Amino acid sequence: MTTDTNMKSPEAAAVPPSGPAPVKKRVPRGHKRLLTRRDRITLGFMAGVPTVLHVALVWVTALASIALAFTSWDGIGFGSIKWVGLDNFKQLFNDNPQFWPAVEHNVIWFVVLILIPTPFGLFLAVQLDKKIRFSRVYQTAFFLPVVVSLAVTGFVWQLVYNPDTGLINSLIGANKPGHYIDWIGDPHLNLWAVLIAASWRHTGYMMILYLAGLKGVDPSLREASSLDGANEWQTFKNVIFPTLRPTNTVVLVVTIIEALRAFDLVFVFNKGAQGTELLSILITNNIIGESSRIGYGSAIAVVLLVISLVVIIPYLISTFRKERSA
Amino acid sequence: MSTPTVALGAKQRTPLRPARILLHVFLIGTSLAWLAPLLWAVFAALRPYSETSTKGYVSWPDKLNFDNFKNAFEQSDMLHYFGNTLLIAVPAVLVTLLVSSMVAFYVSRFDFRLNIFLLLVFTAGNLLPQQVIITPLYRMYLLIDLPGITMSGKLYDSALGLVLIHVAFQSGFCAFVLSNYMRMLPHELTEAALVDGASVWRMYWQIVLPLCKPAMAALGTLLSIWIYNDFFWAIVLISTGENMPITSALNNLSGQYFTDPNLVAAGALLTAIPTLIVYFVLQRQFVSGLTLGANKG
Repeated sequence: MTTDTNMKSPEAAAVPPSGPAPVKKRVPRGHKRLLTRRDRITLGFMAGVPTVLHVALVWVTALASIALAFTSWDGIGFGSIKWVGLDNFKQLFNDNPQFWPAVEHNVIWFVVLILIPTPFGLFLAVQLDKKIRFSRVYQTAFFLPVVVSLAVTGFVWQLVYNPDTGLINSLIGANKPGHYIDWIGDPHLNLWAVLIAASWRHTGYMMILYLAGLKGVDPSLREASSLDGANEWQTFKNVIFPTLRPTNTVVLVVTIIEALRAFDLVFVFNKGAQGTELLSILITNNIIGESSRIGYGSAIAVVLLVISLVVIIPYLISTFRKERSA
Repeated sequence: MSTPTVALGAKQRTPLRPARILLHVFLIGTSLAWLAPLLWAVFAALRPYSETSTKGYVSWPDKLNFDNFKNAFEQSDMLHYFGNTLLIAVPAVLVTLLVSSMVAFYVSRFDFRLNIFLLLVFTAGNLLPQQVIITPLYRMYLLIDLPGITMSGKLYDSALGLVLIHVAFQSGFCAFVLSNYMRMLPHELTEAALVDGASVWRMYWQIVLPLCKPAMAALGTLLSIWIYNDFFWAIVLISTGENMPITSALNNLSGQYFTDPNLVAAGALLTAIPTLIVYFVLQRQFVSGLTLGANKG
């Protein structure tokens, strides 16, 4: 995937590779000379229209979130926007009984996903990569949960967790009144119940990413290591796993982002009440709930934004640096 | 970009050794466990409420029929909600592909100084959690008046509003993937066309785009499933139950109409059917789409 070395224009290739800066300067001129005015306008539109749409709906709103986080606003007319400084954050950190649990649950969400379904997905991928019969059938079974929407997944798992009619309680005999195990209602259990459903889905996703990564491993590496007498585990640990580094990076980023985005399952289960609070849910409740505390909701969004950027920025820098040097 | 489809490739079947048999036993067991929640939903959906309410859910079925599916479909007017979804998903997928391929073309075929920055803006935007931007977006949608264009007279509570946010959000991912793809096409193709005096639009539409068909197909499949499955945008940006797409409508309906779990099971399964069909028909595209973006390190 890094073979795009010679994709620059011939002019660029002609320049001795003395450093990236002069190369960059010469290339555009070579192109621009050939482009007519009309072409340049066309290009401007082709890049401009999508950019305006994307920036207006994604980045302007992200910046607006930051600005609104320092205000209080009931949403009725712009006149009622009041600057309140750090009040929203103070309230959030000190007085909101749901905030710290939500942060904790988002962290737990990530830790569980990275420790259980991710290695299990890798394990399944390694097994399925062994040119095994019916590989496609197995893959489909593990992958089906990724195709079904998270909202539908929520409904399906409710059927499993239902206290009186659910599969689990029926099987363990806890479906009689007085002996209920309320998987969704009990604040000590519900987060784990939701996480089982989330892990069910995450495993298949990770399996596919790792399968794709494993396809890229040079077969001669495997041969060499088996000639050296390494056993399966040694080969995996010392040869295969190190070559999966790019995949691991992607898996890590995807998992963190999934943990920060987690919403649908919980919303369908119990709307994030008691025990399953998440940052995403708190923000949403500020919008579609009764109260419209825009500044406050935005303050939570800023917390989520900051956490996300801590992950996104280093990831993008490393990705794009590779791209440039490629 | 090696084809990331996870096919068996050249089949060199090894004879069945005990280790292999053990592996198959393990995989069959896990596969069944994995399918269990879905199979359980199917089982519940096939049974009449009268039977499960007296015999319990874990019991041998006397009667299995499709009544629940039929009732869920009719009682909740599912066809209407499927229609809403089509109205959102079809334009959203097509416009996203168009728009992101234009950005990708610009970024990958012309070396302007802002290219990398532009691509960064798109890619980073797609990685943000949706909730980060929802509060101002929701307010913005309420403020934008579109009398006569949308039913609600605003961007809020309209299919158009959902299409726009899907396009804006998803084009980040697609622009990134497509620009990588386009960068691998030989530069001589467009160089020659440029020297011959072809317009930029022609280069894009007649030379580059046709060559991107595999990537476009993969992304199109992926986008269809993602946008079909969207729950969050619709929950927040659509207020009238009638206007909701199917996945979020189901959430409303489960409280309103469905009084028994069997009917909920049937409704949930019906909602999942279109994505399952797309997946089974276009499996290869779907999987390669997922790994197109992720495969690069």
